[in-house]
Amino acid sequence: MTGTEEKTGTDENTAAAAEPLVELERVTHVYPGGVQVLTEVSLRIERGELVAVVGPSGSGKSTLLNLIGTLDRPTHGVVRIAGHSVTQLPDQALSALRATTIGFVFQHFFLAPGVTALDNVADGLLYSGTGRGRRRERAEAALRRVGLGHRIGHLPHQLSGGERQRVAIARAVVGEPRLLLADEPTGALDSVSGASVVELLRELNASGTTIAVITHDQELAAGLPRRIQVRDGGIVADAPRAVAAR
Amino acid sequence: MRTSPRLKSARLSPADTFRVAGGGLRARPLRVVLSALGIALGIAAMVCVVGISASSQKAFDERLKALGTNVLTVGTDSQFGSGAPMPRQADAMVRRVEGVTDAASTGEVKDAKVYRNDRIPAAESNAITVLSASADLPRTLGLKQAAGSWFDSGQAAYPTTVLGADAARRLGIHQAGDRVWLGEQWFTVIGILAPAPLTPDLDNAALVGRQTAERDLGFDGHPTSVYVRVDERFIDKIREALPRSANPAAPNAVAVSRPSDALAAKHAAEETFTALLLGLGAVSLLVGGVGVANTMIIAVLERRGEIGLRRALGATSAQIRTQFLTESVLLSALGGAGGTALGIAGTLGYALWQGWPPDIPAPVIAGGLAATLMVGATAGLWPAVRASRMPPSHALASP
Ligand SMILES: Nc1ncnc2c1ncn2[C@@H]1O[C@H](COP(=O)(O)OP(=O)(O)O)[C@@H](O)[C@H]1O
Ligand SMILES: [Mg+2]
Repeated sequence: MTGTEEKTGTDENTAAAAEPLVELERVTHVYPGGVQVLTEVSLRIERGELVAVVGPSGSGKSTLLNLIGTLDRPTHGVVRIAGHSVTQLPDQALSALRATTIGFVFQHFFLAPGVTALDNVADGLLYSGTGRGRRRERAEAALRRVGLGHRIGHLPHQLSGGERQRVAIARAVVGEPRLLLADEPTGALDSVSGASVVELLRELNASGTTIAVITHDQELAAGLPRRIQVRDGGIVADAPRAVAAR
Repeated sequence: MRTSPRLKSARLSPADTFRVAGGGLRARPLRVVLSALGIALGIAAMVCVVGISASSQKAFDERLKALGTNVLTVGTDSQFGSGAPMPRQADAMVRRVEGVTDAASTGEVKDAKVYRNDRIPAAESNAITVLSASADLPRTLGLKQAAGSWFDSGQAAYPTTVLGADAARRLGIHQAGDRVWLGEQWFTVIGILAPAPLTPDLDNAALVGRQTAERDLGFDGHPTSVYVRVDERFIDKIREALPRSANPAAPNAVAVSRPSDALAAKHAAEETFTALLLGLGAVSLLVGGVGVANTMIIAVLERRGEIGLRRALGATSAQIRTQFLTESVLLSALGGAGGTALGIAGTLGYALWQGWPPDIPAPVIAGGLAATLMVGATAGLWPAVRASRMPPSHALASP
C-alpha cells in the first residue's frame, strides 16, 4: 500500500511522503452567527487509511469533513492537506486542490437529472483541465470500476439508490484523487445497497485511495480499520489500528 | 510552510463553459421559454417598429422620387403679397432663369363657384376653387389624367373644365362628358386629374383654360401660383433668383416653396409616432430583462446543491460566476434570436401587406442582439455574483 502511495506521490516533494495526507492542528470552527461547532480538534490521517467518522447528529462530523475537504476554512487552527495549509491558499488554489486531490461523496448523490451516468461521472473531471473526449473515456472506465459498465447511458431516475451512489462514487474517483471524503454515503440507502457501497469503498481503499467516511451505522463503522468518535465538537475517541500501514 | 506553485486551477474551455451553461437551461425548458419570451417580445416589437418605419420611409422615398423633388412653387405671400399681384407673364419670366426646365401657372378666379347643376342654391358653398391654368401645367408638374384629357390647344366652341381628383368626387362626377354649373353657366368636364400629392391645391380645383377664364369668368390674368421644374443641381440658386424674376416690382410679395419638402415634413411628423412605439419596445425589453434576472435568482437559490457540488469538484468561484452569467446571457440571447426572427417576419408581413418594399436595417438587428446580450449580462450579474460567493459548505448544507 505504501508502495502505491510512493508512486502517486512522486510528483509531490519527495520529502512529503512522510507527512500525513490530512493534518488538523487545534482546529476550532465557528459558523457565522456564532455557533461554535468544533473546538480545538487535532487529527492526522495517513496515506492509505480508511477512517470512519462516527457520532450523534449535530456533533460536527460534516463540519469536520468540510474542513478536511477545504470546502470551508477553520476559524482557528491549521488544516493541512497533502502539505498545503488551507488557511493560506487563495480560492483558486483550493479549487485546484479539490479538483486534483480530493473526491467527495454525499448522502444525496447530487447527480444532475436528465444527464446520463457517463456524463455525470465525466463532470468529475470538468475542472481538471481534461479534454471532453478524455473525460468521457475515463468516466467510462470509472463506471466499470464501480460495477456499472452496463448503466453508462442510463439517466439517474432509471437507477436504484445504490446505483446512483455508485455513480456518484465513480464521479468522485474518476480523477483518481488521493483523498476520498464521504458524508453518510449509505444514509439514503437500504442495508443491502449500503453494504455494497461500503464494499466498493473498501476496494478503492485497497487500491490506494485514502478514505474518510462519515456514518451513522455502528455495524458498518465497526468493520472499518479506524473509528473517530465525534461528540459536541470534539474527538472523544480514536479507536485502534490507527496508522494502519506505516 | 511549503507552498506549491503547481496548485493552479485549470481553465474551462469556452466550449465547456457553453455546454455547462446550456445544460443548466436544458434542465428547465419551460422556464427558459417563458423567460426568454419577455426578451423576445421586446426585441420583436423594436425590430418591427424600426423595420416597418424603415419600409414606410423607403416606400415614401421611392414615391417622392417618382413625384420629383425638383419642383418649386412661387406663390403670392399671404402676409406681404396681398396688394401686389404677380405680373400676367410671370411664368414666361421665370422660364428665362437658368436651370428652369418648365414653368406653368394657375390663377385663382375669384367669386366663381362650381355646382353639380343649376338648381343648387348658391349659398351651398362646396369650397371648390376655380383656377385658370396655363396649358403646360400637366407637363411641368407631371400630372396624370384619371379620366378624359387635358385642354387641347384649339379653342373649344363651348366652355370646358378639367376637375381635380377631390373636386370631381365632391361634385359626383366620375367621367368626362358631364356638365357642371360653373360661374353661372354650363361647362363640359373634359377630364379629371389623378390626385397630385405635390400640389394638393389642384386636387380641390376646377381648372379652366386661361382664355376661357378671361373671356367667360372675368379672370384678371394675374397668376397666383407659378410652378417651376428645375435642374436639381441649381435648385438653391434658382430658389434665390425666383422672387425677383417672378415679380420684379415686388419681390418681397412672393414666397417660394418646395412641395416635396412639405410632403417630407408631413411624413416625418407622422413618423414621430414610431419613437413612442420604440420606447414601448424598449420598456418591454427591460421587463424581459427583469424576467431573466428573476429566473436567474431563482435558479441560484434552487441550485445551491449543484453549486456546492461543482465547488467540491474543483470549480473556482470565478468559474461559478461565469457559468451563471453565461447562462443568463444565453437565455437572453435565445429570446433575442427568437424576437429578431419574429420581428423580421412581422416587418415582412406588414410591408408586403402595405405594398411597401421591406427594409430591415442590419444595424437594427445587430443593435437588438447586442442589447439582448447586455440585458442578459446585466440581469445575470447579481445572481452570478451571489452564486460565486456562496460558501461551498453552505451550498451543500441542504440538498
Ligand atoms: N452553515 C452553517 N451555519 C450555521 N450552523 C451550522 C451550519 N452548518 C452546520 N451548522 C450547525 O453546526 C452543528 C454541527 O453540524 P454538522 O457538522 O452538520 O453535524 P453532523 O454532520 O455531525 O450532524 C449543528 O448544530 C448545525 O446546526
Ligand atoms: Mg452531517
